[in-house]
Amino acid sequence: MSIKIDPTKIKPYGDSLDDGRMQISFALPAPADEKGKEAARLLLKKMGLENIEVCYYSDLGEGFTHFVAYVSTNATIDLTKIEVKTVDTPVMDLEETDKFMAENVKRKITVVGACIESDAHTVGIDAIMNMKGYNHRFGLERYQYFRTINMGAQVPSEELLAKAVEENADVVLVSQVVTQKNIHIRNLTKLIELAEAEGLRDKMLFICGGPRISHELAIELGYDAGFGSGSYATDVASYIAFHFAK
Amino acid sequence: MIQLTIDTNKIKEARNYAAKIVNSLTWLLQDYTSTTIERTVLRLMGIDGIAGDNTPIPNLVVEHLQQKKVLNRGAAYWLANAIVAKNLSAQEVAELVATNQLDLTEISAQPNQKVLEILDKISSENLAKIAEQRQIRQQAFEKYGRRNKPAIYVIVATGNIYDDVVQAKAAAREGADIIAVIRSTAQSLLDYVPYGATTEGFGGTFATQENFRIMRKGLDEVGQELGKYISLTNYASGLCMPEISAMGALERLDCMLNDAMYGILFRDINMKRTLLDQYFSRMINAYAGIQIQTGEDNYLTTSDAIEKAYTVTASQLINEQFALISGIEHKNMGLGHAFEINPAIENSFLYELSHALLTHTLFPDCPTKYMPPTKFATGNIFRTYLLNGMFNFVGQITDQGTQLLGMMTEAVHTPHLVDRALAIENAQYVFNATKDFKNEFTLKPDGIINKRAKQVLEEATDFLRKVSEKGLFQAMSAGEFADIVRTETGGKGLDGVLPKSEDYLNPFMDKMKTELKLQ
Repeated sequence: MSIKIDPTKIKPYGDSLDDGRMQISFALPAPADEKGKEAARLLLKKMGLENIEVCYYSDLGEGFTHFVAYVSTNATIDLTKIEVKTVDTPVMDLEETDKFMAENVKRKITVVGACIESDAHTVGIDAIMNMKGYNHRFGLERYQYFRTINMGAQVPSEELLAKAVEENADVVLVSQVVTQKNIHIRNLTKLIELAEAEGLRDKMLFICGGPRISHELAIELGYDAGFGSGSYATDVASYIAFHFAK
Repeated sequence: MIQLTIDTNKIKEARNYAAKIVNSLTWLLQDYTSTTIERTVLRLMGIDGIAGDNTPIPNLVVEHLQQKKVLNRGAAYWLANAIVAKNLSAQEVAELVATNQLDLTEISAQPNQKVLEILDKISSENLAKIAEQRQIRQQAFEKYGRRNKPAIYVIVATGNIYDDVVQAKAAAREGADIIAVIRSTAQSLLDYVPYGATTEGFGGTFATQENFRIMRKGLDEVGQELGKYISLTNYASGLCMPEISAMGALERLDCMLNDAMYGILFRDINMKRTLLDQYFSRMINAYAGIQIQTGEDNYLTTSDAIEKAYTVTASQLINEQFALISGIEHKNMGLGHAFEINPAIENSFLYELSHALLTHTLFPDCPTKYMPPTKFATGNIFRTYLLNGMFNFVGQITDQGTQLLGMMTEAVHTPHLVDRALAIENAQYVFNATKDFKNEFTLKPDGIINKRAKQVLEEATDFLRKVSEKGLFQAMSAGEFADIVRTETGGKGLDGVLPKSEDYLNPFMDKMKTELKLQ
């Protein structure tokens, strides 16, 4: 007997189809006792969840308690109606990109990159731009058809744009690693607004990247593309190559 | 006993090259000073507060002396001269300077004897405050027992010092031995130390003297309740290294991230500035009995942890030598390393064990600081939790001084309260379950673990030989460290480096050198 899945009505799967089971873990400013446990259960109930089983709790000190619970949901999702914005260009490796650009772009593309504003982390921009790259994928610097300028971290938006103009950049690459209190959104918005004010927005390709950035978010913020965690220089390079291929 | 079979002559050779590298920089450390060193002197004289556009008074006074082109005599001299002439306190003089009511260079030179006497008095009084904090710490450890080994080290980073205290206290109750308050991401490149209690920060909380005080108080409270001394750490790094150390010494921090070369390589701070600043910064830490910790994990955050393992060893040996010339004893050198090998590699655990054992073998008397996996923490919190367990296992059986606990939500967000509690539970279970493991096993002399350690030590020795022949500055200019090119005249903060004049005065450095038995 095979299981028949209805893609228009999918639910979480625990150990049988449509049981809706999920695991949940959270802390409450409540005591680690039966009263706290009941608070956790009621909270989950208010969220619309059912078959609530608070299977574990422990005292975190300072009046907080950690709860682990298993619950069921009745919510369903229609998989057939979902559209997600993703970077849809194919991903090529370094040699393929070099070859592709030699045939289709036929000139060097200048990329100016930085981790902007308060963010002091060079790890993201370095992984994409620098020669050595990351996890056995060389960075853009290593590619035949990229001229790269990596400005490092804590670069004010104004300076990044000034450099992009000075270098006649084709691409502006922005990294944001710190995301506490959504500082990355504020910084990315600032940069794109400045670019618009200076009339640069449509003259260059604006790409952002970082652990909490998705292509969809990037589009929403006014960028051309966004790359999240798990992205490598190969992803960024391929995207740029296809964009400039004519 | 799990220990390496390693050629002690090879260790000696590597250490000698590191000593040669560091000793070739005496000219810089003895003959130059920096703006932040002079600001530190002012802070040690008891000067605090802000003026004008919220600028710290030590900055305003040093800027004044720099404008008048007399800073090379040392801020201490100019302050003391004014104190004698005007019969005011150091703070009163500094406030007048900061508000443009007094030009220190217009005061006639007072008798040298009187200037020296007042400096002797002020420096003795203020150093006594630091010595008192050192004693309080010592007594607390005597009363409650020594810090656990490996010590459980966790981070709080809410941006708001008051929230930090709540989280730190909770962590202490769960079993944390050391609390680190991560700094706001922009702070390392600020050429001043922010003032007062702060509630806004990104990726962390600003290091200010008031924040230090607030957290110290919180940890002392919870420590008393628990019958345990909870240690506090922060970051004496960036453009204000010695100032942060001075503030930490006065407010009884117990550890400081304090790497000799980190700022040069990873924050692009000028090499002369960094080396000068770390020299005085570490001397203050030595005097205050603060354990320093170093940042070798940074070498592995983008480079491959196997290929570049030798850079960790080399940096540890250089950091050791820089620490020694500042008076830091081995028992207070928390040299760093990390568990960052790609877990997909076959026998990766054996290589991690080998690297950690090498660190322990090279520095048996140091409370080495072991950093958790971050590079291969993917957001799969369950897998990361397991990696952290393996990391804790290595930490326990290789006798690390400090285990900086990994968070399963690494690469997702700054740790939640629960994440931290689960990390502590993980460490406590593993540490307890494997307590005497190391005494029950021996290693094959020609096995994978010994061979690997031997290779890393050889590569580190070759590297140190090359650097000692070239000189540290030249090696950095050639990109020998972490593939990063840094030049002698590049980077931030070089304009704050200046030669000392013949009559330069820094009574704090002089006294600390005497007490620490340094040249």
